[in-house]
Amino acid sequence: MPAPLGGVRAALAVRGLERSFGHVRALRGIDFALDAGDSLAVFGPNGAGKTTLLRILAGLLRPHRGEVLLDGSPLERTDAAHRRRVGLIAHYSLLYDGLTAAENLAFYARLYGLRGRETLVTRALESVGLADRAGDAVGTFSRGMVQRMAIARALLHEPWIVLLDEPFSGLDQRAAVTLRELLMRLRAERRTMVLVTHNIDEGLELATHVAIQVAGRFAEFGPVAGDLAAYRGRYAEATASHG
Amino acid sequence: MGELLRAAWAIAAKDVLLEFRSRTAFVSALVFTALVLAIFNFARDPTAVSAVDLAPGILWITFTFAAMLGLNRAFGLERENRALDGLLLSPVSRTAIYLGKVLANLVFVGSVEAIALPLFALFFNVPILPVLGPLVLVIALATVGFVAVGTLMSSMAVNTRLAELMLPVLLLPFLVPPVTAAVQMTARLFAGRPFSEVSAWLRLLVGYDIIFVAACILFFESTIEE
Amino acid sequence: MTPIEAFERARRRSAVWIGVGLLLMATVYVRALVFTPVEAVQGPAQKIFYIHVPSAWVAFLAFGILGVTSAFYLFLKDPRVDLFAASTAEVGMVFTTAVLVTGPIWGKPIWGTWWTWDARLTLTLFLWFVVLAYLVLRTAVHEPGQRARYSSVLGILGALLVPFIHVSVYLFRTMHPMPVVLRPGKPTLPGAMLATLLFSFAVFTLFFAALLWHRYALARLADARARAQAERADA
Repeated sequence: MPAPLGGVRAALAVRGLERSFGHVRALRGIDFALDAGDSLAVFGPNGAGKTTLLRILAGLLRPHRGEVLLDGSPLERTDAAHRRRVGLIAHYSLLYDGLTAAENLAFYARLYGLRGRETLVTRALESVGLADRAGDAVGTFSRGMVQRMAIARALLHEPWIVLLDEPFSGLDQRAAVTLRELLMRLRAERRTMVLVTHNIDEGLELATHVAIQVAGRFAEFGPVAGDLAAYRGRYAEATASHG
Repeated sequence: MGELLRAAWAIAAKDVLLEFRSRTAFVSALVFTALVLAIFNFARDPTAVSAVDLAPGILWITFTFAAMLGLNRAFGLERENRALDGLLLSPVSRTAIYLGKVLANLVFVGSVEAIALPLFALFFNVPILPVLGPLVLVIALATVGFVAVGTLMSSMAVNTRLAELMLPVLLLPFLVPPVTAAVQMTARLFAGRPFSEVSAWLRLLVGYDIIFVAACILFFESTIEE
Repeated sequence: MTPIEAFERARRRSAVWIGVGLLLMATVYVRALVFTPVEAVQGPAQKIFYIHVPSAWVAFLAFGILGVTSAFYLFLKDPRVDLFAASTAEVGMVFTTAVLVTGPIWGKPIWGTWWTWDARLTLTLFLWFVVLAYLVLRTAVHEPGQRARYSSVLGILGALLVPFIHVSVYLFRTMHPMPVVLRPGKPTLPGAMLATLLFSFAVFTLFFAALLWHRYALARLADARARAQAERADA
């Protein structure tokens, strides 16, 4: 059930988003709005279209219908200014295994045209606890370290919208805890976040809003109301009715 | 414009650094080149056909096939960890991505050519020094043409299952004008003919470069954006 | 009428026209073999020219249509345009192959060899390779949107390539002169032969149009069925 749209200049608003791949309708009309500092957790089974939604928000995919509004203005794929405001953390790292940690970050700093590259890179590595591995090739890193690198890369250009695609997948306990801490810090910094996952146990504590996405639509969307058990119930219900 | 070139340069530099570290494609291309040149040398009858007659064709076959070993590399390395998404997420224009890849491929192919050419002169006993200037110009022009088209084709080929096979299938027809022109001009240069004789071929080659570089820049976005 | 029914009807109708086209083809054969004078220099072998030249005309027409529709797709992003382009490529492939087969059949009795690097045949050969690349690319890409984009880019680049290959072959020939027997003499063709040729042009064009219509209807039909199936799976 679509929620009423936010104020005129909601930080992130989505209207009537539709997208198909051939005859497969991945998104059948998504509507929501978030204010600055809100965190949306989107739960949904595989095939619900969560990654498609995220890729459209990131500007990597063009919707067939509908629009995405950042601060009230439409997200044009070709608009470089908009891309600076968005960061993506996924379960793949977007890094080059053959380059060192420092080289990877320096490259991204160049792509984003950031000044003071060296200090930026050092500080980013320190913030994720990888300063001592700056000169090591990313290909030698463990999964948890790679995820931390991915976060450092995603936040390098200080995006105020952070998108997360199954960020906890493949992480062990320790790495998951580190990731959770980092994300809580982002939330404290009042960045707008959208996290998609099929695992309802991850991400609920980070969220101010929750959506349940099934078969290309939001079965529900609204501020967090109730605890994990309550959501588990509703999630099971929503996914069952779509078999 | 400046930002475009700077971004392209950053991407090219990153690619060259990565290739330099792993060296696999470069070494394969060099080994391939040496083998092809050696085999061609043994495959002909020196009393029946002189080296100078066959040489231009052999040189260009070697260049183009060695180049094709490396062309898929440019977008192939963006597939690990979905690094291409990283490029597309950033504010750099798609044209900068294309130009960066072309530049990196030019460095790769140019390096192979720079090593293959002296080898070729050695194996086939062809006097390249007297015509080195014009020869390098011809090689440069033809290389720009087929690398530009090859880079675009590889952006599509790497997304298919048999990428190594798909690239030649897509690219070879497009090599006909530049390679034919290059072979004809190379042959005349080796034969010591005056440059005026090849002016028609030169115009064909330059025309091809201009039209296809422009077309590839224009259409690259369609191959990369969804 | 549902889309599927509409396309079924188009399929049946176009099949009728294909039948008409085949019948007319037969009359072309009869006219060429029986009612057209034998050419003085080349003898009966020349008669294949009434098949060869119109095939070449259709092949190049198809290629031109492919280039234009590819450009339209990139502007409009309409999947129907992509299906039309793909149909044109397939049908065009048939006629291009016909040119490459009839050319040597014509050339062998006259020159003694199956293949010479005649200007037009060489150009057609490279056209054939480009259309082949187009069809292979389509089978290698599964997502329909990506397939359409890739095909369109290749279609446009292929169309751009044609003049360059033509010039390459022309320059090559002027450096290495070759017999020019395989040139359809245009205004110098005597009345009866010209009439047969023009008749053949008309028949071939009609046949091409019928085949294209039919192939396009089949493509739209398959697409409509796939959509219906996807919609049923949703419900």
